[in-house]
Amino acid sequence: MSAVPIPTRTPSESLRPPLVDGEQTLSSITETVCSIVERPQTPRAWYIAFAISSSLTLMLFGLIGYLIATGIGVWGNNSPVFWGWPIVNFVFWVGIGHAGTLISAILFLFRQQWRTSINRFAEAMTIFAVTCAGIFPAIHVGRVWLVYWLAPYPNQMAMWPNFRSPLLWDVFAVSTYATVSLLFWYLGMIPDLATLRDRATSRVRQFAYGLFALGWTGSARQWHVLEKAYLLLAALATPLVLSVHTIVSFDFAVSHVPGWHTTIFPPYFVAGAVFSGFAMVVTLLVPARHLFGLKDLITPRHLDVMCRIILATSCMVGYAYATEFFTAWYSGNRFEQFAFLNRMQGPYAWAYWTMVTCNVLIPQLYWFKRFRTSPWLMVGVAICVNIGM
Amino acid sequence: MLSPATARELDIEHGDVVTIGSDGRSVEAPVYILPGQAENSIGLQLGYGRTAAGTVAGHVAHNIDPVGVNVSTLRSIEHMHFENGVTITSTGRRHEFATTQEHFAIDRVGLEEISGRVGDLVREGTVDEYAEHPDFAHHGHEEIALWEQPEQDGPQWGMSIDLSKCIGCNACVVACQSENNIPVVGKEQVLKGREMHWLRLDRYFTGDMDDPEVVQQPVACQHCENAPCEQVCPVAATVHSDDGLNDMVYNRCIGTRYCANNCPYKVRRFNFFDYQLPVVQPEQSLKQLAFNPEVTVRSRGVMEKCTYCVQRIRNTSILADNDRRPLEDGEVQTACQQSCPAQAITFGDLKLSGSEVATEQSKPRAYGMLDELNVKPRTKYLARIRNPNPVLKATT
Repeated sequence: MSAVPIPTRTPSESLRPPLVDGEQTLSSITETVCSIVERPQTPRAWYIAFAISSSLTLMLFGLIGYLIATGIGVWGNNSPVFWGWPIVNFVFWVGIGHAGTLISAILFLFRQQWRTSINRFAEAMTIFAVTCAGIFPAIHVGRVWLVYWLAPYPNQMAMWPNFRSPLLWDVFAVSTYATVSLLFWYLGMIPDLATLRDRATSRVRQFAYGLFALGWTGSARQWHVLEKAYLLLAALATPLVLSVHTIVSFDFAVSHVPGWHTTIFPPYFVAGAVFSGFAMVVTLLVPARHLFGLKDLITPRHLDVMCRIILATSCMVGYAYATEFFTAWYSGNRFEQFAFLNRMQGPYAWAYWTMVTCNVLIPQLYWFKRFRTSPWLMVGVAICVNIGM
Repeated sequence: MLSPATARELDIEHGDVVTIGSDGRSVEAPVYILPGQAENSIGLQLGYGRTAAGTVAGHVAHNIDPVGVNVSTLRSIEHMHFENGVTITSTGRRHEFATTQEHFAIDRVGLEEISGRVGDLVREGTVDEYAEHPDFAHHGHEEIALWEQPEQDGPQWGMSIDLSKCIGCNACVVACQSENNIPVVGKEQVLKGREMHWLRLDRYFTGDMDDPEVVQQPVACQHCENAPCEQVCPVAATVHSDDGLNDMVYNRCIGTRYCANNCPYKVRRFNFFDYQLPVVQPEQSLKQLAFNPEVTVRSRGVMEKCTYCVQRIRNTSILADNDRRPLEDGEVQTACQQSCPAQAITFGDLKLSGSEVATEQSKPRAYGMLDELNVKPRTKYLARIRNPNPVLKATT
C-alpha cells in the first residue's frame, strides 16, 4: 500500500472528531491490525485467559452431559413455569447478537462510516452469541435426542412439523439469522484474509489464509462484485434485525399466558435486543482496544456514538416497561393485572427492580458526557445493562 | 391443623414444628393452618408415621422415611378420639409441606388474587338465586366462530361435573392415578411443583378466613375443541381426534413444554425425570403388575395429561364394533366417573340425543370454565347451589 494519508475528515464532518486518530495511512492501519494475529509469540496473558474460558466451556459441556443423562428437571422448571432459565438464556443471547447485525447491515445501508472500525468485531460477537443462543432451545427440550424433529425433512413418519407453532417459526428465524450472519461476516472478511495471506511468512499460514481467501487478488472487478454482494447481503440482513427478535417474541406473544399475550412484545424485544447487544459490544470492545493497542482505530468518538445508541434504546425499553403496565391496567383483565402486580411485588420483585434499575435508570448516566468519554465508567454502565437484561 | 385465629393467638405460623403435650405424653408435629378448623382445637390425623409400610408410606428398615407423624401416643383409654387440656409449644424448627394446593398462593398478593378469581372459576349460587335466574352461571356472551365448524361423524365425547354433588373426597384423583399409570413423584418433586396428577382437586376458601366457605372443583384436561395447546406444539404431538379428544402422542412428543405453557387450565404434566425408572427395573417385575397394561408408561421428557380414559373408549368401541352395534350411552365410563361416590361426573357422547352427559350439559347451571377464552372446553361444570339451613346459617 502506498503511503497516502487517509482523509480523516470529510467536509460535512469537519466539526466532528475524525474517524481514526493519529497520522494514519492505509498501510499503517494494515500494520496495526495485522500485527495482532502475526505476533510471533502468543502472549502469556492470552493463554491464561484461554485456559480460564476453555475450562468454563468444558464445565458447560460437562453439565450439558449431566442434563441429558438425568433429565431436564435439573433446570428447576416446574408447572406452571415450564420454560424459565433455558429460554431466558436463549432470548438473552439472541438479543446480544442483534448489535452485530445492526452495525453491519443497517448502519452500512445508512452509510454510517464509523461502523467500519467495529463492524467485524461486532459481527464476530454476533456469531458467537447466536451459537450460544442455539444451544439452549436444543437442550431445553425433554428428549434432546429427537430435537431434529423440529426440522421439516422427509421422513418415514410422513410428518411435517406444525407450521402453526411459533416455536417452529423460531427455528427458521434463528437458523436463517445464523446463516446470514455467518455469510456476512465471512464475505466482508475475504479481502482481509487475502491481506493476511499475502503477508504470511509460513507455509501453513499462507495455505490456510489462502484457502479461505478464495483466490482474492484485489482486482477492480473483484472489488466491484464483492461490494455489490455485500450491499445485497446487507439489504437481506436488515429485515432480519427486526424479524428475528420479533419472532422470538412471538413465542410469548402468540400464546395466551397473562403477561405474555401482548402486542407490544415484538418492538419491545427488538429494542431490548439492540440495547443489550450494544452494551455487550461496549463491554468487550473497551478492554479489547486497550489490550490490543487499537485506541487510534477505535476512538472515543466510536464509543460515544455507541453510548448514545444504548441511551436511546434504554429509553425505548423503559417506555415499553411502562406501556406493559398501562396495557395491563387498561385491559381490565384481572389475570393480566395480577401478572404484572406480582412481578413488582411478588417473590421475584428483587429481580424486577434490578432489571428496572440496570436497564432504565443506570443508562441515564450516559446523558453526562463524562460517562460517554471515560471508557471504564462506560463499561461499568454497560455491564449493568448486561446484568439487567 | 389449627384455625387461623388460634394460630394468631398462639403466635404460631404455618409450617412451625410444635410439641403437643398432654399428661406427660408428647409428639412433635408441624402446624398446618387450615381455615375452617374449629377454634381453640387441634386436628390430628391418626395412621401416619408408619415404620414398615412400604416404598411410599415409609419403611425404616430400608431407609425410607415414614410419612407424617405417629400421634397415637397422645391417645388415652379414657377418651379414644379426644384429648383435653393439651399444651402446645414451638420448637423453633420449620417444616415444609409438600402440598398440591396453593402452589401458586406464594404470598399475600397471590392469595388476594386467588380469592378474587374464585367466583369466576367455581360458580355457585343459592337456591333463591337459582329460582330467580336458573342460568346465573352463564357469562351472557355469545361465542362466535370465525369460520364454519366442521361437522364430525361418530361420537363426540364430553364430560360434565356437577359441583353441587362433588364432596371433594379425592376418590377420582386416586382412581385416575391407578388407571393411567401416573407416577408417584415424591415429596421433593411435589415441593418443586411437579406433581403428575392428571386430575387435581382445586380447593378454595372464600369469604372471611375465620369462618370460610369451602369450594372444591375437580380439574382435568377440558378437551377444548379449540385447543390452545395443539396450535403451539412445533412437532404436532398433541392433536385432535375425530371424536373430539385432545390426543397426546407420547412417541411424537419431544418435550418443548409449549403446550403446557399455553394451557389455560394448567392440567398438562411433564416428566421432568424418568419417574418410573425405579419400577421398570427388571428386579421390580412384581411391582410392574401394579401397572395398567392398557396404558403406556411414559418415559422422561414427554408431556402427559387426562385422555378421558381413551383406552376405555377404544376398547369398548371395538367390542361394540365386534357385535355390530352402536355404543350405548353410559357404556364407556371414565375411571374418575366410576369411582365418584356422589356420581358428580358424567361422561358420554354429546351427539347422542338423550345421553346423560348431553342432558347434564344442557342444564341451565352448566358453564365452561374460562370459556371467555373461546377455547370451547368439552368438560362443563354445573354450578353449585347452596341451600343452607336458615336456622343454622343464623347461628354462625
